[in-house]
Amino acid sequence: MRLSLDELTEMARKCRKDIVRMTNAAGSGHPGGSLSAIDLMVALYGTNLSFRVDEPEWEDRDRFILSKGHASPAMYAVLHQMGILAESDIMSFRKLGSICQGHVDMRWTAGVDFSGGSLGMGMSFGLGCAIAAKMDGSNRLVWVMVGDGETQEGQVWEAAMAASHHNATNLKVIIDRNGIQNDSFIDAQMEIGDIAAKFSSFGWDVKEVDGHDLASVVGVIDWAANTQERPVAIVANTIKGKGVSFMENNPAFHGKAPTDEELGLALEELA
Amino acid sequence: MSAPPESCASRDGYGRALLRIAEDPRVVVLEADLGKSTKSCLFRSEYPERTVSLGIAEQNMMLVAAGMASSGKIPFASTFAIFTERAFEQIRNGIARPGLPVHICGSHGGIHTGSDGSSAQAIEDLAIYRTIPGMTVIHPCDDISAEELTIQLVEMGGPSYMRTARNKTMRQYDYENMEHLRIGRGSVLREGSDVAILACGVMVEMALNAASDLSDEGIESTVVDMHTIKPLDNQLIDRLSERCGCLVTAEDHITFGGLGGAVAEWLSLNRPTPLEMVGVADRFGESGGTDDLMEAVGLTPTGISNAAKRSISRRNAVS
Repeated sequence: MRLSLDELTEMARKCRKDIVRMTNAAGSGHPGGSLSAIDLMVALYGTNLSFRVDEPEWEDRDRFILSKGHASPAMYAVLHQMGILAESDIMSFRKLGSICQGHVDMRWTAGVDFSGGSLGMGMSFGLGCAIAAKMDGSNRLVWVMVGDGETQEGQVWEAAMAASHHNATNLKVIIDRNGIQNDSFIDAQMEIGDIAAKFSSFGWDVKEVDGHDLASVVGVIDWAANTQERPVAIVANTIKGKGVSFMENNPAFHGKAPTDEELGLALEELA
Repeated sequence: MSAPPESCASRDGYGRALLRIAEDPRVVVLEADLGKSTKSCLFRSEYPERTVSLGIAEQNMMLVAAGMASSGKIPFASTFAIFTERAFEQIRNGIARPGLPVHICGSHGGIHTGSDGSSAQAIEDLAIYRTIPGMTVIHPCDDISAEELTIQLVEMGGPSYMRTARNKTMRQYDYENMEHLRIGRGSVLREGSDVAILACGVMVEMALNAASDLSDEGIESTVVDMHTIKPLDNQLIDRLSERCGCLVTAEDHITFGGLGGAVAEWLSLNRPTPLEMVGVADRFGESGGTDDLMEAVGLTPTGISNAAKRSISRRNAVS
């Protein structure tokens, strides 16, 4: 299955609606970083990622590791639009007994490949998946999405070094470069500098992309999938809260759900 | 099979076990620079294609292991006990929370490690890993049992932590006498009705020496190798409480939260029974020869036999 640009655009719009709806219903959650990541995830799931809707645990599926596990609304929205999760699942987000846990959790949700919530771990986990795939002689790819603030965690660079050492050519990392972390703008908290140059210096192939230009995103994902010489990093320049005007580039919506009134405004904009 | 050399450390048993379980293609080994010390080097030399070197980066190693486990592998990841603790949160959140079958081996645990000093002498590892839901915690007393218990981990499912020791200890098991050696079941090594001594790791040998000394004074003790700290063999503790009416725990570990803590929790909630703990007091170790250090912190047969007499006195005072 490979969706057209129009189909991807429409799916991203629906996912954005899911994101604001489920965080509003939960009364908590992280809409900002979900909205910055969603175009990237829709493009990946809609074009390159090999998975089975009717068999989410299929052994030889490509893996998608949402290392920035607080962007769980984006994950659940994509799985919902792909037909793996039901409307009732996503609307139970963060409630007792829900399979849609506050942060993505592979133990709770079929179709989720990682238990997140603690930043800095997903690249290492993805590297483990990538090494295992090579041991198995499988061509499956491992995609990891990390936040830009997340790269402040030292473990990210342990993994970057190890991926290069082990020549994990099947490891593809997407950095959601939205410039905002929990407390405020990244540059105020801990400047991370030229993230592309950093990955490059660790021996990775790197490209930058406008993370909301779906045609460009699909192009760079295709490039990444077919690049088999080194581990690959895509630095996706994004806007936190993208698609909902009052959330865009607004640190307040990193970890705050929209009120009922804000939900109404958001859904009008996403109509 | 032919017996290995007579004098070995439990870490040698771990290394041998990795070779024996290698026939299972799911088994992979992860190292963080200390393979020569933990003895995973034995696996590396035979199966380099299934050995993953992660360098001096324990946090990354734990999540690489988790990722491999999620892809159908059974990873055995080892480093010094103390350095596994550096990655505690990775183990908690990345391995145990999703319930992945990653088996962590921390070698060089305890005061027994000796002259490297307090930075290497993990005396809190058993306690902290015991607090993680679903985590099995094991501390074998010799190379043979370390080998057998490691082999049993392959089919166990969930995550585990095993502490092995750097230095040689007297062998308590042989290959012909291991039927009763099971994860989660204490191994009774000596029978007696006056007091029960539950020991783990390098303290098992000392407990047997203490039991011999006590016997010379007319006190007969049961000695148990409590190699599994979690899940605790509660049924055995109940039986010993009923039979002896007083107990002693002995561990090369701080007296909070390890074997002594686990036994105390069980007894106080279920069968209040006099219990004395032999372990490291609220202090760090220091450099020194192993024997001198163990003496300095009170981890000796005499320390155990004195604790046994205190426990007996308390029982007698109650009854």
